[in-house]
Amino acid sequence: MTTSTSEPTGTVGTEKAGGPSPARRPGKLPPRAAWIVLGVATAVALLLLLTGTNPALLAVGLVVANVGGIYMWSRLVEGPRAAKDRMVTAIVTTSFAIAMIPLVSLLYTVVSRGSERMDGAFFTNSMLGVVGEGGGAYHAIIGTLIVTGLAALISVPIGIMTAVYLVEYGKGRLARAITFLVDVMTGIPSIVAGLFAVALFQLLFGPGIRLGIMGAVALTVLMIPVVVRSVEEMLKIVPNELREASYALGVSKWRTIVKVVLRTSVAGIATGITLSIARVIGETAPLLITLGAVTGVNLNPFDGRMASLPVFSYYSYVAPGASPEPSIDRAWAAALVLMLIVMALSLFARLISYLFSPKTR
Amino acid sequence: MSTTLEPPASPPGTAVKTKPSRQVGDRVFAGIATGAGSLILVVLAGVAAFLLVEGIPAIVAPPEDVPGENGFVAFAGPLLFGTMLAATIALVVATPFGVGVALFISHFAPRRLAQGLGYLMDLLAAIPSLVYGLWGVTVLAPATVPSAQWLADNLGFIPFFAGPASTTGRTMLVAGLVLAVMILPIISAVSREVFLQTPQLHEEAALALGATRWEMIKMAVLPFGRSGIISGAMLGLGRALGETIAVALILSGLGIITFNLIGGQNSLTIAANIALDFPESSGLAVNALIASGLVLFLVTFLVNAFARYIINRRREFSGAN
Repeated sequence: MTTSTSEPTGTVGTEKAGGPSPARRPGKLPPRAAWIVLGVATAVALLLLLTGTNPALLAVGLVVANVGGIYMWSRLVEGPRAAKDRMVTAIVTTSFAIAMIPLVSLLYTVVSRGSERMDGAFFTNSMLGVVGEGGGAYHAIIGTLIVTGLAALISVPIGIMTAVYLVEYGKGRLARAITFLVDVMTGIPSIVAGLFAVALFQLLFGPGIRLGIMGAVALTVLMIPVVVRSVEEMLKIVPNELREASYALGVSKWRTIVKVVLRTSVAGIATGITLSIARVIGETAPLLITLGAVTGVNLNPFDGRMASLPVFSYYSYVAPGASPEPSIDRAWAAALVLMLIVMALSLFARLISYLFSPKTR
Repeated sequence: MSTTLEPPASPPGTAVKTKPSRQVGDRVFAGIATGAGSLILVVLAGVAAFLLVEGIPAIVAPPEDVPGENGFVAFAGPLLFGTMLAATIALVVATPFGVGVALFISHFAPRRLAQGLGYLMDLLAAIPSLVYGLWGVTVLAPATVPSAQWLADNLGFIPFFAGPASTTGRTMLVAGLVLAVMILPIISAVSREVFLQTPQLHEEAALALGATRWEMIKMAVLPFGRSGIISGAMLGLGRALGETIAVALILSGLGIITFNLIGGQNSLTIAANIALDFPESSGLAVNALIASGLVLFLVTFLVNAFARYIINRRREFSGAN
């Protein structure tokens, strides 16, 4: 503060003291005060639970008591500003904890319910002629791999070339329009992508058609924007010095792009593509209306209906037939397989980017 | 193409000879790139065009031919209402929690824990919606039955909780909550990214002036991150509007308009209705479903365009560039 003695305390000082006696130093709560409050509140809540209070109501009460408790205590000892700070800390932490509850519950449910049918037969048998127990998702896994592979085959080249256009060539109105529309495409509901494929093929081949390639087209619409976005980000962070060095050596633009720009960002591109596959492989809705469902293996995406893992899981759950238990078990097992595939792809993507990205030296 | 594969570091004397071939390669490559970019425009235009072509028959058809026999507006209206209702519940529930989670990861959690939590949220965002739906219908729905009963008994005067409460728990409230769980990782991921970009100097300046952590966040982080919160919420809203299979698993079909969130009879969303009815539909019913998909497309288009507009307005703060 200033050295002038006419005003001994600045505004900050009086505010901090927060009371009529500016000499009083605010106290301090013991370390781990938040845990103490939480412990007391939980203990009281557990006691009330034994007396038979509504658990949901009690949970709400626990949160309120926890946040309110730390606020009151801190306000009495430390003053209003610190109290507010502690209250916000409690609120943020609590909201994080509450948000974790459904996610943890979800993971636990899928793993525990899904692991019941995680046996060899599930991966080697199809549902052809299976009623009741047994059967597997072999046909669905094959179908998912074919359809997703086709979608990747179509959308990866288009996506990469679009990103190259946007970063290396794009200027003016067309580039702006593409950027905007890629952003918009990111938000297309998956069912609308499925309807697009249906409408397209219905016009070409007549109503009621279901083909593997239709599903691939629907997934392509969902996948392209993700690929474009991630590749674009990767190309943008390639240092301009590399391009300039290449041009200075007399290398043509397209070879610079292929050999220098894409080569430098190949790890990031692989990561982005893997993540985009992870994003579409779990899509149910578009496949539900484009692939239909069958019980046997169909290897030809241009002929007839195909099974896929998410649709298989969906139908096993909503239409379990005469003996529901085995069918619902299969639904959970398929959901678990699907989730494991997605997780594995995501982790794999991280691994690629960790191992192969250019090291900054 | 083989003519373009001249070694780039050819001696200067041959430069004249390689020049034309280089131009061919450049032109071809630029053409492919531009073509791929233009294809995006074509695809998006195609989505709208094909939906329109296949949807129009239902829109112009005589009312008694459309499912429900009262014309397309009476068919799609309640579904649009249900879509909005479910998405609104999801947004109202998920936004505060999403911001809370983002703040926790960016400013409250220990640094070492924070990065792992960030990865975890990204993983959760990738979980297929089918899994969320199965969880919602088997775990969350039964768990809400006593609470819904309590709400109907004690807060029944509020139209949302008018009751009688559903005995299966497969209600609009549960659908909204599942959607909230699904979009929470999106909202928190976008918000977190923006929170982390708050200039360190602003934060340190606030702390150096004696601000508590909350005051620092209120004065430095939140004003900076407001656009991130809004755009994250809008992107989440877009996903909630279009979410299909999770809602289709939880709600079963009655296209009625009701504000009662916990009753046995619910509104249905456009997307869920398509998934439920499409496999069994034929003829004009298919056209009606496609037309309702067009409505959904337009709504999500507007929401997403709005979100992008907000993000782009603050482009200078975003990660790229």
